Amino acid sequence: MRLSENSTKSVRSSPDRFPAKAKTGILGFDEITGGGLPHGRTTLLAGGPGSGKTIFGLQFLVYGARTCKEPGIFVAFEEAPERIVTNFETFGWKLADLLKEKLFFLDAHPTPDLIQSGTFDLSGMLAVLGAKAKEMGARRIVFDAMDILLALLPDAATKRREIYRLHEWLLASGLTGLITAKAAREEEGSLGQQSFGFMQFMVDCAVVLNHRVEMGVSQRNLRVQKYRGSNFDENESPFVIGKSGFDVAVSRILGRVDAKVTNERVTSGVKRLDTMLGGGYYRGASVLITGFPGTAKTTLSGAFAEAACRRGERTMFIGFDSDGTEVIRNLTSVGIRLAPYVKNGTLRMISARTITGSAETLLVRIKSLAKEHKARCLVIDPVSTLSKAGNELTAHGVAERLIDWCKSDLITLVCTSLLDEMAGKVDAGTPLQVSTLADTWIHLNYLVQAGERNRGLSIIKSRGTEHSNQVRELILSDAGVTLADIYTAGGEVLMGTLRWERESAERVAGEVADVAGKLKRVSLDAEEAVLQVRAKSLQTELVAKKVEKTLLERTTQSHAQELSRGYSRMRELRGADAPTPRRKKAV
Amino acid sequence: MNRRVSFKFRLYVAGDTENSAQALANLTKICSTRLTDRHEIEIVDVFEEPKRAMADGVFMTPTLLILAPSPMRRIVGTLGQTKTVLQTLGLGTIAA
Repeated sequence: MRLSENSTKSVRSSPDRFPAKAKTGILGFDEITGGGLPHGRTTLLAGGPGSGKTIFGLQFLVYGARTCKEPGIFVAFEEAPERIVTNFETFGWKLADLLKEKLFFLDAHPTPDLIQSGTFDLSGMLAVLGAKAKEMGARRIVFDAMDILLALLPDAATKRREIYRLHEWLLASGLTGLITAKAAREEEGSLGQQSFGFMQFMVDCAVVLNHRVEMGVSQRNLRVQKYRGSNFDENESPFVIGKSGFDVAVSRILGRVDAKVTNERVTSGVKRLDTMLGGGYYRGASVLITGFPGTAKTTLSGAFAEAACRRGERTMFIGFDSDGTEVIRNLTSVGIRLAPYVKNGTLRMISARTITGSAETLLVRIKSLAKEHKARCLVIDPVSTLSKAGNELTAHGVAERLIDWCKSDLITLVCTSLLDEMAGKVDAGTPLQVSTLADTWIHLNYLVQAGERNRGLSIIKSRGTEHSNQVRELILSDAGVTLADIYTAGGEVLMGTLRWERESAERVAGEVADVAGKLKRVSLDAEEAVLQVRAKSLQTELVAKKVEKTLLERTTQSHAQELSRGYSRMRELRGADAPTPRRKKAV
Repeated sequence: MNRRVSFKFRLYVAGDTENSAQALANLTKICSTRLTDRHEIEIVDVFEEPKRAMADGVFMTPTLLILAPSPMRRIVGTLGQTKTVLQTLGLGTIAA
């Protein structure tokens, strides 16, 4: 029998085998516990003063009454119900509407005029509750601040007896019970020391709420200490008491992350940066821009916001550093005009400088604001604010959840992160280690050279996109943000004036070479002309010579003819000899 | 203290549990010794009449309501500490 019990406990895969659960309506909590509190059983909720026990209890009842058709009873040992109802109006739960039949407050707080003589027990209260529960068909019950009642009981044995009585009654009634009790600060972790300590052994589920202040910042945590017959998240989960009650942060909701992946690209607002990224950021990606103060992180994120607004996408810009109007003014100086979009409602500037509180609170605020604005693009400048004093421990988790949440809602997130120049660890990552989570990481830095600072931009990583490995110079001008190629000369990177000098030097050198070429051509042309002239005169001479030669030949010929004719004539005249050829002919 | 004043009590008990039985015994004893012929005791069992208990705001048993003389006072417990009870009734100054 024992064996089979154990094996049931260790089986974690089939939720059907777990006892039924009563949903609390507290999103994160229901996820941690796999559905809520144990149905029909008793849960102990312990925590220090102001840790949110009453809110938890009441939210459990309100959700039950409103959503699960499970009316509930709230037994108030500490505060008068009227005051509770008034106090909780701020959560917008509309308790008054429920009060008539679905929610009943039992005012059991000890009146100041109460006189005690001898011991007593809780039979009276349980009888009253039993009758009431039957009458209204209650399925849930909360005993708020049980410790107050226990304090009236004279000794430990009596306390124990009454707790047993209560527990027995709860089991018999079949109600889903929640008992809240105060835990002293030192003992929040270990309930065993408390007067009601053994209650945690008795109950089926124990939850500890924790409220500490770290460096002036309030941090709230919730931890499920035990849960019979069910698996649960054993770690402390940060929570926030927000506008509408409890909000427990769960680090990762399975099945929600990576649910939506798209190949759609959105522009970064800087044309050449898009080229460097092979087309821009992915929609739903998280982009991290790191850099020292003044490296134009805000400007770059502003360019993104402007581009998003131009496409007509609702955008939210959360600035922790400076006021929204200041950001708009400053960005106008570099040609990024956000004011019209703020006016037409596309862009919402949030100045979160004054919001103090835990990183968790900030996340909840950011989420609710973004939901309210229906933002598709979100800029957080800088996200490193999350880890400021008092939040170091939780900030990483918060950043992680921020990114997960943006991804699941397909919100393109651009966040900047400040790097401490003094730390000098440029590539070591951001204080939040967002860099490992971000899809695209753009790093901006200064290059101090020849008496000036220039901004350099490089893409450290960009998941799933081809990206340039080159450092570019980021140039801000009133015409906008552009990137320029940088020069490398002799292993040194040249930017700013040096780059300009290099550029103009090259231009001059080019001109000189050009001119020299032209000169050479001219002189060659001249030489050619001379030669051509010479060639022509020679040709003429040649012709003259030829003519002369022909003349000479003709002269020589005619002279010879003349000569031979002269001989014959002479012979004829002499008449001496017959012409030789004739004589020859006669023979 | 005016000896003419008459006392009216309502004692809430939880069935015949030990605490309740003790409270009834203690109350009867005080009444018979100190308030002879000028008291009235009504016993209400919370198991039988829970609505009355709720109306009176009685959650711990036993609870004694002192309805008269006014103002109304309530004593929770077995009434074992006679001195406390007598003081509450305004009879503390008179020697037992």
